Amino acid sequence: MDPSRKRRLRLVLALSVALLLAGALVYTSFSASTEASTPSDVVTSAEPGRSYELTGKVVEDSVRREEEELRFAIRDRDGSTSVPVVYEGVVPDPFREGREVIVSGELERGTFVAERDSLVTKCPSKFSNENEKSS
Amino acid sequence: MEYALALVVLIGLVALVVLRPLITGERDDGAEAPDRAELEAAKEAKYREIRDAELDRQMGKLSEEDHRAVDRELREEAIDILRRLDAVAGKASKP
Amino acid sequence: MAGTGSACLVAGLLTALYAATASLYGARSGRRAFVVSGRRAIYCLAALMVTATVILQSAFLRSDFSYKLVAEGSSTDTPTFYKVTAMWATQDGSLLLWALLLSIFTSAVLFLTRRSLRELAPYATAVLGVVAAFFLFLMVGWENPFSAVAGPVPLEGAGLNPLLRHPAMMIHPPMLYTGYVGFSIPFAFAIGALVTRHTGADWIRATRRFALIAWTFLGCGVLLGALWSYTELGWGGYWAWDPVENASLMPWLTGTAFLHSIMVQEKRGMLKVWNVSLIIATFALALTGTFLVRSGILESIHAFGASTIGMQFLVFIAVVLVGSTALVVSRLGDLRSESRLDSLLSREAFFLLNNLVLVALCLVIFWGTFFPLISEAAGAERSVGPPWFNRMTTPLALALVLLAGVGPVVAWRRVTLAGLRRVLIAPLAFATVVLVALLAFTNAVESLPALLMFCLVGFVLAVVAQELWRGASARRVMTGGSWPRALSELVSRNRRRYGGYVAHAGIAVLLLGVAGSSAFLDQKDVRISPGQSFRSGDWTVTYERPTAQLGGDRAGTGAPISFGAELTARKSGERLTLHPSRNYYPTQDSSKGAIGRYFEGEATSEVDVRWGLTRDLWTAVRPDTSSLAGPIREANRRFSGANGDVQALAIAAIVERYRTDPPPATFRTLVSPLVSWIWIGGAIVLLGALIAVWPSPEARVRRVRSLYKARLGRELSGT
Repeated sequence: MDPSRKRRLRLVLALSVALLLAGALVYTSFSASTEASTPSDVVTSAEPGRSYELTGKVVEDSVRREEEELRFAIRDRDGSTSVPVVYEGVVPDPFREGREVIVSGELERGTFVAERDSLVTKCPSKFSNENEKSS
Repeated sequence: MEYALALVVLIGLVALVVLRPLITGERDDGAEAPDRAELEAAKEAKYREIRDAELDRQMGKLSEEDHRAVDRELREEAIDILRRLDAVAGKASKP
Repeated sequence: MAGTGSACLVAGLLTALYAATASLYGARSGRRAFVVSGRRAIYCLAALMVTATVILQSAFLRSDFSYKLVAEGSSTDTPTFYKVTAMWATQDGSLLLWALLLSIFTSAVLFLTRRSLRELAPYATAVLGVVAAFFLFLMVGWENPFSAVAGPVPLEGAGLNPLLRHPAMMIHPPMLYTGYVGFSIPFAFAIGALVTRHTGADWIRATRRFALIAWTFLGCGVLLGALWSYTELGWGGYWAWDPVENASLMPWLTGTAFLHSIMVQEKRGMLKVWNVSLIIATFALALTGTFLVRSGILESIHAFGASTIGMQFLVFIAVVLVGSTALVVSRLGDLRSESRLDSLLSREAFFLLNNLVLVALCLVIFWGTFFPLISEAAGAERSVGPPWFNRMTTPLALALVLLAGVGPVVAWRRVTLAGLRRVLIAPLAFATVVLVALLAFTNAVESLPALLMFCLVGFVLAVVAQELWRGASARRVMTGGSWPRALSELVSRNRRRYGGYVAHAGIAVLLLGVAGSSAFLDQKDVRISPGQSFRSGDWTVTYERPTAQLGGDRAGTGAPISFGAELTARKSGERLTLHPSRNYYPTQDSSKGAIGRYFEGEATSEVDVRWGLTRDLWTAVRPDTSSLAGPIREANRRFSGANGDVQALAIAAIVERYRTDPPPATFRTLVSPLVSWIWIGGAIVLLGALIAVWPSPEARVRRVRSLYKARLGRELSGT
């Protein structure tokens, strides 16, 4: 096989591998991802059995700890629709009422049941080099 | 007020440093001829390659035959660089 | 002095613009005086940035709260170390840091190349001048670090965010920025090379050291961030695939690829288009990394400190990318390869493969990081988590380690199969021994990727050891002498090569730690009272007693209140005592009450880690302060008007109550096998980089000689 044909073959091979990997990338990311939603989204259109990533602010005076569980409510950033959440796992340091949080889980009978250790708290305004995360 | 004063002073100082070469017409002729430094660097790199190939041969990564071929190529390329260096040096030494 | 500081910034902006204009004009018109002028302008810029930094730092050290930055980020009781480093805890201050580092690095490279690269240097100066001008423009226009505090000067500052009171966290930004800035130097020279059509390896040779130094600092910065996460945050992990973490890793990956592929261009004149593209990508990623932390670009989910300069950064990055790409496309003719790939069994081919794997890694991480934006454009916003990242990057990481082992034994141009077999037989045998030992004596088979990684790491280490041994013995054959002497001479005469090999070994060790600690992690979360025990890995951990302290917190961060626990961990003969705790910092928010505000502010987890070579025992506690809510409310009611001493007594009483009547506390313990090898591996990589970057003695002699020759030439021509 003369060199230029060999080179073209290598190029075709490389491009096919690249295409395959790109396809795997796109496919796995769309299938393994969770949909971001706000409390209003979840309240109005959440399907049971599907997991969502709920973002919003912790409602004031809603945090209660019962044994292993932490119960609180999340509301829309600029609204009042809120969802009660039940959470187990590590609570990040900056977690506080009024702060924005992200938690993954499913809606079960009106209450958002969170995945263990999925609570993330956004650090308030000022500089923070890291998002407070658990797991 | 402090701001305005400082600004004037600072810009003045910078202008002093920066405009001097324009006034004195200073040029960086003291430097080696433009191609010279690049050729010198290329020569050094080529020498390093020759040494690397020799080391590879000693370590058994290159067979004797392969090394001979590679060494010959590299030395030819080095001679080419040396020739170009001489040409540049020859030009520079003309008054 | 703040006025002078602002003036430095404005003067700096004008100087940077002048430097760019003068250099460009000088280069195009041939009037060298302008080029010299432009260079001097960069030196002036550096002086201005140093002055500005000194002014700002002195404000921090003097606790001058008339400065907004000092009032918001420092306080009179902040330890001095954190006063100094607080400058780059804010957006404004870190922009100044960028400008400072950029001006110093540019001055350094221009000084070092003042006698060479006469065609390229002015264009590089122009590029760097424009970049500096951009950062100064941001500061002057929007985020001035010297702005005054709004309203009356406060008596006390807000103090540094407690989460940042950790040495690693404070060195982390300057290291990252040194990395980002460092990569702008080769980028600028690449642009210069493209503009002047000098597309040989000259621009690479001149900036190689800067690229290596940048790579080293960036890598250390990334590792420090991971170390901080591990020792400071309450979740016990070191990498969360967080956008900010990813943003600093991506330029490092392309930078690693760049360091390898430039060797191919230097030796064979190949991969020219690839190299310029790679450095453009690295620079763009470095800019992205800088502003990702501070803008709202990943809006929705991961915005923190949504800033006012996000749009400007985006525009600048777009300009850089579009402009550079257009330039590359227009110069494609000059970027043709000088030679062809002779054989797939050559170092060039393996470097190319290594590049492809690294770029693939970068693309995967990029995709995952920006997936929220991508998916939003495709319909609904979605995001991927660590499991997806781990799944996609593990095979690539394995491939990388394999290549890191085979690459060093393959020679340039071509290598025969027989030759390859001869060189690889010992390392492969070692790897097999490792495999058998792991299967026989450990439970490593439970995680196939980890098992594979362990064997590949063994392979790489064997290759490096073999290279060192063979090289040293070849030297001994030539020059005699002892083993240590031959080894040190070998390394010192071939610093780039052996520095690189040591770095490979370091990366292998690092990935060993990653594999061990991620695949065989033992995590326990429990909620227990004093006296109770639980099992964690091989350990039996007992909650002995609660601890409560006023002041004098173990980490030395100045926290007034600290609640924690004393734990004893026992394992066949060993006994450890651990003191995880939680520091509580007061909040300025007076709605919590005079007493309550000491308990309701920020709280940080102070973990207790027992480092070990085989495994770490990591513990964190989350005390339950809800039982103190009653006493706190009562104290608020009674003592809100009282003087400081009485309030202090009330707080002390409440603190003591936690100690005497503790509710159950939540603990997390992690037994992470091999995690210390991550940090050790990083140190080895640093050593390798130092070896590679150190100038060899012969080069020094040659440089001095050439200076004499230049002087001779000058004197002879009578100038």
